[in-house]
Amino acid sequence: MSVLVNGETKILCQGFTGSAGLFHSKNSLAYGTKLVAGVTPGKGGQTIEGVPVFDTVAEAKEATGATVSMIYVPAPFTADAICESVDAGMDLAVTITEGVPVADMAFVKDFAKGSDTLLLGPNCPGIITPVTDDSGCKIGIMPAYIHKPGRVGIVSRSGTLTYEAVWQVTSNGMGQSTCIGIGGDPIKGLDFIECLKLFQDDDGTDGIIMIGEIGGTAEEEACEFLSEYVKKPVVGFIAGATAPPGKRMGHAGAIISGGKGTAADKKAAMKKAGVHVCDTPSVLGETMKKVLG
Amino acid sequence: MNIHEYQAKQLLAKFGVPVSKGIPCKTADEVHKAYQELGVPLAVVKAQIHAGGRGKAGGVKLVKSADEAKQVAEGLLGKTLVTHQTGPEGRVVQTLYVEAGSDIERELYLAVVMDRAAQAPVVIASAEGGVDIEELAETKPEAIAHHRVHPVKGLLPFQGRAIAKHLGLSGDQAKQGAKLVASLVKAFMAKDCSLAEINPMIVTTDGEVKALDAKMSFDSNALYRHPDVVELRDLNEEDPKEIEAKKFDLSYIALDGNIGCMVNGAGLAMSTMDVIQLKGGSPANFLDVGGGANKEQVTNAFKILLSDKNVKGLLVNIFGGIMKCDTIAEGVIAAAKEVKLELPLVVRLEGTNVELGRKLLDESGLDLQTASSLDEAAEKIVAAIA
Repeated sequence: MSVLVNGETKILCQGFTGSAGLFHSKNSLAYGTKLVAGVTPGKGGQTIEGVPVFDTVAEAKEATGATVSMIYVPAPFTADAICESVDAGMDLAVTITEGVPVADMAFVKDFAKGSDTLLLGPNCPGIITPVTDDSGCKIGIMPAYIHKPGRVGIVSRSGTLTYEAVWQVTSNGMGQSTCIGIGGDPIKGLDFIECLKLFQDDDGTDGIIMIGEIGGTAEEEACEFLSEYVKKPVVGFIAGATAPPGKRMGHAGAIISGGKGTAADKKAAMKKAGVHVCDTPSVLGETMKKVLG
Repeated sequence: MNIHEYQAKQLLAKFGVPVSKGIPCKTADEVHKAYQELGVPLAVVKAQIHAGGRGKAGGVKLVKSADEAKQVAEGLLGKTLVTHQTGPEGRVVQTLYVEAGSDIERELYLAVVMDRAAQAPVVIASAEGGVDIEELAETKPEAIAHHRVHPVKGLLPFQGRAIAKHLGLSGDQAKQGAKLVASLVKAFMAKDCSLAEINPMIVTTDGEVKALDAKMSFDSNALYRHPDVVELRDLNEEDPKEIEAKKFDLSYIALDGNIGCMVNGAGLAMSTMDVIQLKGGSPANFLDVGGGANKEQVTNAFKILLSDKNVKGLLVNIFGGIMKCDTIAEGVIAAAKEVKLELPLVVRLEGTNVELGRKLLDESGLDLQTASSLDEAAEKIVAAIA
């Protein structure tokens, strides 16, 4: 089982003909992802790697029945691309692009109010649901081979740190139901709370790994939600215990400011909510194995 | 990206925010001239650095004559100012701002900040200005008003009026205050700021409402569309290693320790720093080499790490997804040879072709250790430099 996407989900790629879009689309296709359309304004009518290209999301959706969009459009134009997906009524728009101005995302969230389109990202590795050991639905830049189908759900703000968690889960003889990268930006789509709820409600997920980092209070708020709603075991890690305040640590959202958003505060909130907190990411896998029993 | 007070005032003035007349100066002679040009009895000589707390550190001085101004300038220019926001190393003062003095009746606080919870800019206002707003938020939160700004439409007139009221302004001052807030929000949104703070905003004895200080920070993701703001960048306020790193699209932050780290991915990079500390070591930096860990990038990264004289050893932690481990290993080996690396090096690789990558490292002839987990890598480098 899985959340949000599964082996049958049809996806389209916005920015399909750009170098990043094409490269990662090929990897998705190789993994068996049902990538049924590409969208690049002005390039409609072509077929690349066996995938038909359209000028607009609406046309692509109409022609192929795609319900999820994967966005690789460059930062100056990303907000527009997301809005196009929202307007076309996609179920989910996953934005991989890094460097989107924060004000643009504020506008996108406002634009999307009242719509049913779920947003993920920007600046995120994407979302993946493994179906077999070497196939599944891969919407993003994550390396496919480290994933295995299973019953551990993972939600994370980070990219490579998520792969670390995935790798450990796989190496410990378990597998993933779905891995959701919510990304490192301060204003974004799905946050921890929505993902935790999805995993709690999913029959195919037994345990959840939650990976946070400094900046903002999303983890603290998620822990309050967690205490009330989530009964499945949660294993957690917070990156950035050694980060100095006021400095942006790579991700636009990873900055401690006004005393808020420290790793210590987040770890404390997690412990209080009953999350099994790891002090190093190296024990995420074995800890999950232990708590699942 | 941050800018100096005088630059912020010049920018805000363009949007209609009232500021006092001021002249930026680089030499004591310029300060002397500036005082005369201002033509007012009382002026203020202010050190321009990208940090607050200048007043308490002696970086803001009232002067009553051109000679006094020059004397103050001589005492400040070229000196290192240490404030509670600069860190112990302080900042070298290279620019002074000479501003006409004001007769202050009231000090207020006003700021606009991009707020993640509100998913929009938020105006923060308090009738208690000049103080540490974060401290006030702890001790007297009811003194602070928050108003969410519509992310597209901006500040609405009724909000400006409400803020002016909260600030205790009435009559003509309320009108001025509302106008100032509106101008500040306009500037914030037009220039993609992350912060625009006026602390204090003052009411003079003549009933004038103006900005006595100004601090502006900009969303680095949006700088591509503000070349005029990029021009205001002061490289002297940034760590030269960080400037160098940016040239190569590397994300680098200098820290205090002695173990240089090179990692791909911000979250993994932060975790690597954390685990080094957990194992008793001290990270010298944060460095995210991103998705481009090829030979050139690794060499650039090594050079930057090694330019930090505190570094006694290097830890490379790469989880190769798209990048194959053998490609990364080749890059590390070539870089180590090019920089003639003599310090201890621990490499932890995971990902595609990991066995081949480790084999290449073991057979490279270089004095390095490999590790299979992040914990093991941290333990090894801490031991190696002990």
